[in-house]
Amino acid sequence: MLAKRIIPCLDVDNGRVVKGVRFVEIKDAGDPVEIARRYDREGADEITFLDITASSDNRETMVHVVEQVAGEVFIPLTVGGGIRTLEDIRRMLNAGADKVGINTAAVFRPEFVREAAERFGSQCIVVAIDAKQVSDDPKRWEIFTHGGRKATGLDAVEWARRMVEYGAGEILLTSMDRDGTKQGFDLDLTRAISAAVPVPVIASGGVGNLQHLADGITQGKADAVLAASIFHFAEYSIREAKEHMASQGIEVRL
Amino acid sequence: MSSVAIIDYGMGNLHSIAKAVQHADPSASVIVTDQHRAILEADRVVFPGVGAIRDCMAALESRGLAPVLREAAATKPLLGICLGMQALLDESEENNGTACLGLIAGRVLRFADTLRDPAGHALKIPHMGWNEVFPQGDHPLWAGIAPGSRFYFVHSYYARPSQEADIAATANYPEPFAAALAHGNIFAVQFHPEKSQTAGLRLLANFLRWHPEP
Repeated sequence: MLAKRIIPCLDVDNGRVVKGVRFVEIKDAGDPVEIARRYDREGADEITFLDITASSDNRETMVHVVEQVAGEVFIPLTVGGGIRTLEDIRRMLNAGADKVGINTAAVFRPEFVREAAERFGSQCIVVAIDAKQVSDDPKRWEIFTHGGRKATGLDAVEWARRMVEYGAGEILLTSMDRDGTKQGFDLDLTRAISAAVPVPVIASGGVGNLQHLADGITQGKADAVLAASIFHFAEYSIREAKEHMASQGIEVRL
Repeated sequence: MSSVAIIDYGMGNLHSIAKAVQHADPSASVIVTDQHRAILEADRVVFPGVGAIRDCMAALESRGLAPVLREAAATKPLLGICLGMQALLDESEENNGTACLGLIAGRVLRFADTLRDPAGHALKIPHMGWNEVFPQGDHPLWAGIAPGSRFYFVHSYYARPSQEADIAATANYPEPFAAALAHGNIFAVQFHPEKSQTAGLRLLANFLRWHPEP
């Protein structure tokens, strides 16, 4: 049977792995190539790199990171952050990435997702959605950009459906309310998006312990779970995470 | 030393495949090319592909690669990967029906939108992630790879060969489908060995050592 995936995420700033809490406080966590190697050994199903470098001069650094990792780590690699043009995608795929995450650029110009999927295939187009809850009864979430600072007024569920219609092969869903809080995924949000789209959904934002990962699959109905800090600072290994999920009857690749 | 030509027709992540093949056998001479002569002179050929089948066939056509692939398949080991596997069959349902190379008899079909898992939830399409692969029969490319080893898949269409005997492995989603095909000099896989860690590298290493029986 198809395994549910665990995807460690490396937030990379100018060639170093960092992790912010609610996108603000930044801690250094090390060399991306070394960390990627360790995750691969521990059994990560994929690795995602999020380039949070503000200046475009440093984008070249990300290309080199991907090249180095792709030369020795033979699992799927996704790169997100700053992907705005077809040329950005081509460069990342040529460097060895298998998928790219498109976020802000899709909000500004949704047609970009269609063009990217037509040119490179849906299998490599992940649309990243940053959603924040805006009402409680009934629950509603909206899309935010700029690291959660700017509201767009777009309904998250409708946006996810539209992105799939435009050719997104996968949705990376981050709860801005939970990101960095260690309180667990927003399970209602995850379930709502997963039920709304036919493509796989990756849950992200808020993982603080191994049970949160399992909950994302069993209650959030996600196809994959993404986490950053619990793996970087060696609180838990990927293997422990998988064993925990397996103990709850979740199919994993051990 | 073995020389390997990875066919470049503008489809897919050729660099990943080149890096993985090189890693599987550091002594191999690996080239990524669309040059007919280089492909025909290589000891082995890898035919990758991602994206849509119509674009794939059009790209092969515009570079005059279809006859080169036919000749290569008749004379040396050829490994088709993902869309490169699907393109080997007679035709695909994708893009309202697309004629393919016809090197293996059969068709390429889309996973039904109505698929359900055992708990009754709709299965996602594409079939994406690590699934168990069960070799059928005894083929040298499975040497050292345990039945049920997981490989990385990402696809919405799958091959249904006319001859059951051409199926070299199955995977379940939720019903069994052809995860690999073998026919003469051709071995073809729906999954991505270049992204399937240890098991994938082993399969590539086995391909580099494979001498099909004449």
